[in-house]
Amino acid sequence: MIRLNAKWTSYPYIVWMLLFTILPLLLVVYFAFTDSSGAFTLDNVKQSALYIPTLVNSIYLAALATLFCLVLAYPFAFIMSRLSFSRQKMMSMLIMLPMWMNFLLRTYAWQAILEDNGVINTLLTAIGLPPATLINTSGAVVLGMVYNYIPFMILPLYSIMTKIDKSILEASSDLGAGFFATFRRVVLPLSLPGIVSGVTMVFVPAVSTFVISGMLGGSGNYLIGDLIEVQFLGNSYDLNAGSATSLLLMVVVLITMAIFSRFETEDSEEALV
Amino acid sequence: MMQKKNKALSGVYVALLMLFLYLPIFVLIVFSFNSSKGYSWTGFSLKWYVDLFSNELILNSLKNTLIVALFASVFATVIGASAAVGVFSMQNKYAKSVIRSVTNIPLVMPEIVMGISLMLLFAFLNMSGFVPLIIAHISFCVPTVFFSVLPKLRQINKNMYEAALDLGCNPVQAFFKVVLPEIMPGIITGFLMALTYSLDDFVISYFTAGNVQTLSITIYSMVKKRVSPEINALSTIMFVVVLLVLLVTNIRSIKTETAKQKKMMHI
Amino acid sequence: MDQNKKIIELKGISKSFDGEQILKSIDLDIHDKEFVTLLGPSGCGKTTTLRIIGGFVTPDAGDLLFLGKRINDVPPYKRKVNTVFQKYALFPHLDVFENVAFGLRLVKTPEKEIVRRVREMLALVNLSDFESRRVDLLSGGQQQRVAIARALVNQPKVLLLDEPLGALDLKLRKEMQYELKKIQQRMGITFIYVTHDQEEALTMSDTVVVMNGGLIHQIGTPQDIYNEPINAFTASFIGESNIVPGIMHRDCLVEFAGRDFVCVDGGFEKDEPVDVVVRPEDVDIVAASDEYLCGKVTSVTFKGVHYEMRVDCGGTTWRVHSTDFTPIGSLVGLRLTPEDIHIMHKSDASGVKNYGGAQP
Repeated sequence: MIRLNAKWTSYPYIVWMLLFTILPLLLVVYFAFTDSSGAFTLDNVKQSALYIPTLVNSIYLAALATLFCLVLAYPFAFIMSRLSFSRQKMMSMLIMLPMWMNFLLRTYAWQAILEDNGVINTLLTAIGLPPATLINTSGAVVLGMVYNYIPFMILPLYSIMTKIDKSILEASSDLGAGFFATFRRVVLPLSLPGIVSGVTMVFVPAVSTFVISGMLGGSGNYLIGDLIEVQFLGNSYDLNAGSATSLLLMVVVLITMAIFSRFETEDSEEALV
Repeated sequence: MMQKKNKALSGVYVALLMLFLYLPIFVLIVFSFNSSKGYSWTGFSLKWYVDLFSNELILNSLKNTLIVALFASVFATVIGASAAVGVFSMQNKYAKSVIRSVTNIPLVMPEIVMGISLMLLFAFLNMSGFVPLIIAHISFCVPTVFFSVLPKLRQINKNMYEAALDLGCNPVQAFFKVVLPEIMPGIITGFLMALTYSLDDFVISYFTAGNVQTLSITIYSMVKKRVSPEINALSTIMFVVVLLVLLVTNIRSIKTETAKQKKMMHI
Repeated sequence: MDQNKKIIELKGISKSFDGEQILKSIDLDIHDKEFVTLLGPSGCGKTTTLRIIGGFVTPDAGDLLFLGKRINDVPPYKRKVNTVFQKYALFPHLDVFENVAFGLRLVKTPEKEIVRRVREMLALVNLSDFESRRVDLLSGGQQQRVAIARALVNQPKVLLLDEPLGALDLKLRKEMQYELKKIQQRMGITFIYVTHDQEEALTMSDTVVVMNGGLIHQIGTPQDIYNEPINAFTASFIGESNIVPGIMHRDCLVEFAGRDFVCVDGGFEKDEPVDVVVRPEDVDIVAASDEYLCGKVTSVTFKGVHYEMRVDCGGTTWRVHSTDFTPIGSLVGLRLTPEDIHIMHKSDASGVKNYGGAQP
């Protein structure tokens, strides 16, 4: 059979991948199990058990944010998928537009809104109400996560829902299903792959963030990402301990992926880009 | 199913969500023109824009960001597109799936993990300056190029390559005259996505930049100080630029797409 | 050129994919200016044969000769053979003109000549006004014509067509069958055409090659193939047939359905088990009597020109075509004349009853 014969063009990439994707991850494992002199030790890993509460808190906030994203994005994606072609294009452009703005700037904007003398409190005092503490709460962190990552939930859901043909919904109601029955028995199962990729695409960056928690959470909302940051670049500089913490985070992510990979299809992999 | 009431309801819902998405951006734009530092309106002023453009640090980091993004996206496009072609022509299913899975790692792993792992590597190799930063950017850009080119290769009618040979192309000509034009849209999308990812990246740069200041890193050091109105001005400029680029490219593509669809319906 | 000159010869060609033998040592000669159709059900090896001639598949064994020279290892781009692919495989990034000009540009033909030859070809396929159209906005039939023009403009000695009309609707298909035949005669080159549609094969071809299970069952003119099928497979694939087991007692005497019949075939061994093939249109309906095979009409379907009936004779269903209406339940006799009884050696396809082929 004659076909494109160009295997060799992938070789530079394979070398690249080994050097700059696989090797660095192996280094993380190596550093996690050695001390500063390079000798084998389990101390870092044992020590990282201390951070379990931080990890649990990160998972809790990220899960909450993922849930909010799903609940908010699902009806939105459905409505969007039923619009005319040019309106759909317009909508997806509107969804992506904020994403094109620097992530830090968007988070900074929420800082400006939520601050003690920020936009909301200025408005509140202007109409004679007492100011509220909004910034530096876990609520602000979840809000920041939802805001930043909701497009990652909307887009995969939307792209899977455009594949649900109108006639399928009509067939369902023709066969006697009401709105909720159609939703539960037809739309939901068909959109499951979109839910899976949306959930992973929101949860993974949310659970590992240090920017959102750092900017909106104050000192009271210290997440696993903040911990890794200070271990690598901050005041508790310790590459070995930091690697162990990162390993802990990788394990969490891998478990999440494993749970959801059961639903994975080839489509959802490409929906990531 | 979409009765009038439902339609109105979904309209309201869409509007509210859009408000949520655009409120912060709106706030930044309004206060970039505020004459004082706080978040109460004191009068119109362009002062922060003037300050911004005399800020050496910002202008320099903008230059660095552009250098990194350009090098990274060009290299990533070459490496990623060739890799997609190579992997597509592999027969060994096992090797293919291993490469696909490894390519997924940078996409699914938390950015912070990719960042610190590369930081460890560069520390280990004792590298610093622009090179490691560009390498890091290439590493997370290649997968996006790879996965935007691969589906294009699969979509090609499998007889297309044979047709080129049949009409007299040798394999190299067939690739450049038929396969490459077919996958070009994927390559361009991949390149643009790589460019955007690189321009926008903060987390991985933060851990691998060493002493190189990129725009994201400079912004991060500024936002840590909370109120700094030049940032509002910078955000506004960036938003307007992006908006213009998107409007121009998207309106054109929507127009041709709709025209194509209409024509298809007539046939 | 000599009409009887062999242009392509396949000698003992075999091919396996993943351990499954697709072609089992086939031999085939194709002559200059001939319209040859490879006909058979899907998986019979007809497309593989075509792809071997085109150079897209290398045979495991055997020789492929082009004008007497072995070309097994010649790559497709060096063969004087062009292909019209099943799904056309037009280049979507090029317009109609550039698709047709593709092959000419590769051999650095002068621009003037390119324009002349492309226009000539587009005129041949009735697409003169479509030069600058995008190919993905053409209808199926128009794309088909572009594919034909793109292949023919290179002046191949042989044009290979892989089920080119498969994606078109019935009316368009009929038109294109007629046009293809016309184009072939105008160009005066060899066409090798692959199809599973027996009607297409019979309409267009000079020679039909019936294939099944990686073997060539019969090669002949459409008339030969239809009137003198060589075995039960050919008989069942081409047109409709009643195929019943029988015993050849001696030359011109066969026993089936519990009776002896006079026939015109001979040359079988004494009491050899055979397949007896009778075309439904050759069966005459007569009044039931001891003289004939008798049975009860179990169904009648109006088919436009004739009625198709099923007649149950002691457990065997006979298909009969007749222009006269006979109600269901009638007891009728089936008259078979000796010339209408075709006797065949038992073959692999014996078990296949009323295969029917691909009815359009």
